[in-house]
Amino acid sequence: MNDVVISVHDLTKRFGTFTAVNRICFDVFRGEIFGFLGANGAGKTTAMRMLCGLSYPSSGHGTVAGFDVRTEGEQIKRHIGYMSQRFSLYNDLTVWENMNLFAGIYGLSKRETEARSLRLLDRLDFSAEKGTLVGSLPLGWKQKLSFAIATIHRPEVVFLDEPTGGVDPVTRRQFWEMIYEAADHGTTIFVTTHYMDEAEYCSRVSIMVDGEIRALDTPTRLKEQFAAQSMDEVFRLLARGAKRGE
Amino acid sequence: MRAFIVLLKKEFLQIRRNSFLPRLIILFPIVIMLVMPLVMTMDVRNVNVAVVDLDRSTTSRRILSHIGASEYFTLVYTTEDFHRAMDRLEKGTADVIVQIPENFERRMETDFPEPVQITANAVNATKGSMGMQYLVQSIARTLSELRDEKHPVVTSELITVQNRFNPTLNYRHYMIPALMIMLFLLICGFIPALSIVGEKECGTIEQINVTPVGRMTFTLAKLIPYWMIGLFVLTVAMLVARLVYGLVPAGSIATIYLGSMLFVLTISGFSLTVANFSDTMQQTMFVMFFFVMIFMLMSGLLTPIDSMPEWAQNLTLVLPPRYFVEILRAVYLKGTTLAELGVSFVALGIFAVLFNTLAAVTYKKQA
Repeated sequence: MNDVVISVHDLTKRFGTFTAVNRICFDVFRGEIFGFLGANGAGKTTAMRMLCGLSYPSSGHGTVAGFDVRTEGEQIKRHIGYMSQRFSLYNDLTVWENMNLFAGIYGLSKRETEARSLRLLDRLDFSAEKGTLVGSLPLGWKQKLSFAIATIHRPEVVFLDEPTGGVDPVTRRQFWEMIYEAADHGTTIFVTTHYMDEAEYCSRVSIMVDGEIRALDTPTRLKEQFAAQSMDEVFRLLARGAKRGE
Repeated sequence: MRAFIVLLKKEFLQIRRNSFLPRLIILFPIVIMLVMPLVMTMDVRNVNVAVVDLDRSTTSRRILSHIGASEYFTLVYTTEDFHRAMDRLEKGTADVIVQIPENFERRMETDFPEPVQITANAVNATKGSMGMQYLVQSIARTLSELRDEKHPVVTSELITVQNRFNPTLNYRHYMIPALMIMLFLLICGFIPALSIVGEKECGTIEQINVTPVGRMTFTLAKLIPYWMIGLFVLTVAMLVARLVYGLVPAGSIATIYLGSMLFVLTISGFSLTVANFSDTMQQTMFVMFFFVMIFMLMSGLLTPIDSMPEWAQNLTLVLPPRYFVEILRAVYLKGTTLAELGVSFVALGIFAVLFNTLAAVTYKKQA
C-alpha cells in the first residue's frame, strides 16, 4: 500500500482573483479507488484537470505516476486514462472506430488494438454494437464505453469525472463492477461522484469544500470521525459550511 | 506514426460521414465556376440611352441608328424635349442623355460647330464614365464615317491596339483564376477552422488533449485532408473552365498545382491558427470573414494592386493570397514559368511554413 502513484502538495489554481483550488495536499496509492468528493463548484474538476496535464497549477507541486504535473504533462498522459464529465468520444464514429482511434493514439499496434478491442467488446456485451455510431447509443452504454476506452492502453491511473451522472442504477452497478475489476488489476482509480452510495465503495474518500480538502480517510473512519450513520450525512455536515453556491 | 495514421483516418471518416461536407466540396466549385464568370464582369453593357434630337437631320438619324445598333447601348427614348429625357434619367430608366442641337448638321462643317451634349447619371461611377466614353467613341466614329463619305481620303490607322494574352479582352478569362482563389479561401479557409472549433464545442478535443499525441501530429492530421480537398476543388474548377469557357492554362499545369499546394497549405494553416484562438464557431466565422474580406479585396483579386495607395500596396506584401493571385493569373493567362515566378513561390512557401508552425505552436494541450 505504500506505492504512491499521485502525490499532491499545496496544489493551487487561481483564475484571476478567484482561487478555484486552494493548497490541496494528498497522496493516492497504487490500486486504490480514491473518491474525490465535493459539492458543485468545489473545485474537483479543476484539480483533476491539473493532475491530467490539461491545466497548469498556479502554485504548489504534484506528481502523477512519478512525473511532475507542471513540467512533464505529456509524460503523465502516457500513463493515465481520463473520462471527462462531458461525453467526449466521437459521436460520428462507430464503437469500433473509436476504440481503434484511441488505441492507435496511444501507439498500440494494429494487432494489439484489435485483440484488446475485441476483448473489451466481449466484456461489455457490446459485440453486436461494434458498427453502431456512438452518438446513437444510450447514455449508460456511452459511459461504459468511455471507461473501456479510457483504460484501453492499460494506464496506471484512470481519472473519472462524474462517470455515472445521469446513469440508471443497474448500469451504475455494472459500471462499478468494471471499476473494481480494473482496480483488481492494479489500476489506480481517481473518481469524483455525487452519489454517496458510490462513495462507500471507495478505498478512501476526500471531501472538498470551497477549493479546500476538509476531510480525507476511509469511509468507515470518516463516519466515525463525524459520528454519522452514512457518507451522505458526513457529506452534508461538511458541505453545509460551503460559501460557494452554484 | 501509428497515431498520425489513425488520426488521419478519423478525419476522412468524419468528412465522409458528414451529411453536408462532401456535397459542398463537389457542388460549390461547380456552381461558382458555372455562374460567377457570367455575372462578374466589369464590361459595361446595356447602357440605356435617351436621345434628344433637335436637329432631325441625316446626321442625327445616323447617330441614332448607330447607338441603336451597338451591343453596349439600348436606345430607350427619343424626344425633342430635354426635360422629358431628364425625367427618364431621374427615374432611372435612362442612364445617359445625348442631345443633338439644332442646326448641328449645317454648322458641322463651319468654324462654329454646335457641340453634342452628353449627360450621364454617374451614381454608378463606372457605368457613368464608361457609358459616356463609349458614346463619345460611337458618335466620333459616326461623324468620321460621314466625313469620309463626303471627302474620300485615304486615312491610315493612326493607332493600332493589340491585346496580348487575352486577345478578345474577355473579362471572364481574367476572373476565372480569381474565382479559383476565392474557392480556396472559402473552402480551405473556413472548414479546417470550423472542424477544430467543432471539436472544442463538443468536447472531443479534450479527450485528445489528455492523450500523449503531439501537437504537430494532430495539426498535420487536420491539415492533410483539407489539402487534398483543395486540390480536388482546383481540378473540378479547371475542368469547368476548360469545358464551359474553353480556357486552357497557357502555362504548365504542374506549376499551377505546385502553387495551389503551397497556397492551400498556407490558408489552412492560417485557418487552424485562428481556430486555436477561438472558442466558438461564431467567433471563428467572424474572425475568418474579416481576414477573407481583406484577402479578397486587397490581394489584387478584383482590383489591381498598382492602383492602390502606396501604403496599401506595401500592406499587400504580407498578404499570402497576393502572391498566389500573381502566380495563378500569370501561369494561367500568360504561360509564365516557375523560374520567372521564383520570388512569389518562395514568398508563398515562407507563409506556408510560418502559418503551419504557428498553428502547431498555438495549439495548447495544457492551459
